[in-house]
Amino acid sequence: MTAMLKVKSLESGYGKLKVLRKISMHVNPGEIVTIIGANGAGKTTLLNTIAGLIKTTAGEITLQDTDITKTAPAKIVALGCSVVPEGRQVFATMTVRENLVLGAYVQYRKHKKKALEELDAVYDLFPVLKNREKQLAGTLSGGEQQMLAMGRALMAKPALIMMDEPSTGLAPLIVKNIFRIINQLKESGNTVLLVEQNAKAALAIADRGYVLETGKIIVQGPAQDLLSNNDVQRAYLGREAI
Amino acid sequence: MTRKSNYWEQEKECMPRADLEQLQLERLQSTLFRVATHVPFYRKKLHEMNIDPDGFSSLNDVSKLPFTTKDDLRNNYPYGLFAVPLREVVRIHSSSGTTGQATVVGYTKNDIKNWSDLTARVLTAAGVTQDDVVQIAFGYGLFTGGFGLHYGAERVGASVIPISSGNTKRQLAIMQDFKTTALVCTPSYALLLADVMAEQGININALPLKYGLFGGEPWSEGMRKEIQEKLHIVATDNYGLSEIMGPGVAGECQECNGLHINEDHFLAEIVDPETLEPVAAGEIGELVITTLTKEAFPVLRYRTRDLTKLMPEPCPCGRTFQRMHRVFGRTDDMLIIKGVNVFPSQIEEVLFDIEGTEPHYQIIVEREGRLDKTTVMVEVVESIFFDQMKKQRQLIDQIKKRLATELGISVDVKLVEEKTLERFEGKAKRVLDTRKI
Repeated sequence: MTAMLKVKSLESGYGKLKVLRKISMHVNPGEIVTIIGANGAGKTTLLNTIAGLIKTTAGEITLQDTDITKTAPAKIVALGCSVVPEGRQVFATMTVRENLVLGAYVQYRKHKKKALEELDAVYDLFPVLKNREKQLAGTLSGGEQQMLAMGRALMAKPALIMMDEPSTGLAPLIVKNIFRIINQLKESGNTVLLVEQNAKAALAIADRGYVLETGKIIVQGPAQDLLSNNDVQRAYLGREAI
Repeated sequence: MTRKSNYWEQEKECMPRADLEQLQLERLQSTLFRVATHVPFYRKKLHEMNIDPDGFSSLNDVSKLPFTTKDDLRNNYPYGLFAVPLREVVRIHSSSGTTGQATVVGYTKNDIKNWSDLTARVLTAAGVTQDDVVQIAFGYGLFTGGFGLHYGAERVGASVIPISSGNTKRQLAIMQDFKTTALVCTPSYALLLADVMAEQGININALPLKYGLFGGEPWSEGMRKEIQEKLHIVATDNYGLSEIMGPGVAGECQECNGLHINEDHFLAEIVDPETLEPVAAGEIGELVITTLTKEAFPVLRYRTRDLTKLMPEPCPCGRTFQRMHRVFGRTDDMLIIKGVNVFPSQIEEVLFDIEGTEPHYQIIVEREGRLDKTTVMVEVVESIFFDQMKKQRQLIDQIKKRLATELGISVDVKLVEEKTLERFEGKAKRVLDTRKI
């Protein structure tokens, strides 16, 4: 197996509205790849199409050499792809622990014990979640909910973790912490596809990036190169090209 | 001589073909966006051909895209094909020729970075490491040869001597004193150096010369053998053209059997020069190149006019990039004289512009010893031959000066009487090239 995720000339949208126009990208094992773009560029649509929540109208998606273009979302999770959705979307009326265990649903049904081993690993990564184990998820702070959403995704022992704008609605210091944790995830061997509006923070930790503009990839390359790219600077980093 | 496989960027040079094709598709799609958005020439052409820049689904679709020719570059002199504002261009190179005939290319900071890495790959494949002392005897200035390999050699960390071309005596003195281990120049110049070394009694065994990277003109296996025997080096071929980037487009590994094309940056096709259709795998045809990562000067399907073939079989060196055979020849009338590209049309324009000359001329290119010698025979009006010798001399000097300025190389000029040169029905054969490599 070479690439973890391969997307070839992907098209999708909502009814007659075509959002993604021939998107091609890939994620290699052990990388953090980021997709940056302004509001409405199609970032969430891309993640949701890969996750199987939106129908593909053209193109191919391959996960670890398996074609998942027409695969149902639940099966895609079972195949090793987890999503940390935009806005966290934790189950507010359930406890932290219950949220996490639900994340392991795919494994849990058959291997209860093994699934719960993963819980310890997640608590190691997010000690604050252990402290609040029995608290209702809705009572956590924004940053803690983000960690819970990430932990929940990790419980499925995914080969690929897809994160949709983890920085949204969080204070700068919390964002810093979250991104430090994403970097840690990479260091422990995980593969991350990170969709972000906060281009600066995303490019700081990513290996490679793609810039999405009105449904098209307009430029791609090593994160370092994109940080110094004039178009990216103008559009997303708020800097006038020197 | 041991054969080692050194890679400058191993993960890239040895990547699986499936990954390479994915990378090529991604880069081609964003290159199409770039040219359709920022280069009016391409936007217009795509529109005229009814090609939707968004409609590109697979690598096979490349054959639907328009070609780009040298004339397109000439017609857009100087900056018409640039895809970025001039303030983002950090380097400008140009071919020889005065207004209208020259082709101008530009590079962004990123383009220079990529160029350096690509020539670093070629140098590394040829055996060069940071322990080497590299003598670059390619012309610097507006040519891409000198600078291109210079930046790559610096990138590798070698000690670079930017000696440029010419002054053979100095070249040899420096080669000995500075302890050159790698020589970069045209293959014919390498043989010239070998001859002069023999004349001067320089002991080749006392020199630490190990590697030679040669390009800029076609050369044969016979010449390679001669160079390797006379200079005691491993001689490799490398290929490039300024319209695409410069040197670094392709280069031989130590197997010395075909030049690996840097396919993650350039998409190569071979087409029939007459029909312009892709040829069958492994057949000879014209090399057509599409840039995949160039920012300032991206080109789609550039017709190089070089005849070659692709060698898709895997190479023992482990690189997965396809090899191209050393160039067989040209599909147009361009000449390469002393490593410089010369079009007969350039000579024609100068001659027509000078009073007293008739529109009949012949260009004779010979190899005298190791160097190319060019003689332009031009018919002149009868009255000149009745003039004083001084006037004839003046005319010859005038033509020589103008040609040297236009072409970048010096040529000999001979005045001949009207109607002494051969007349042709149909296309005139203006060039007599007696060189045999």
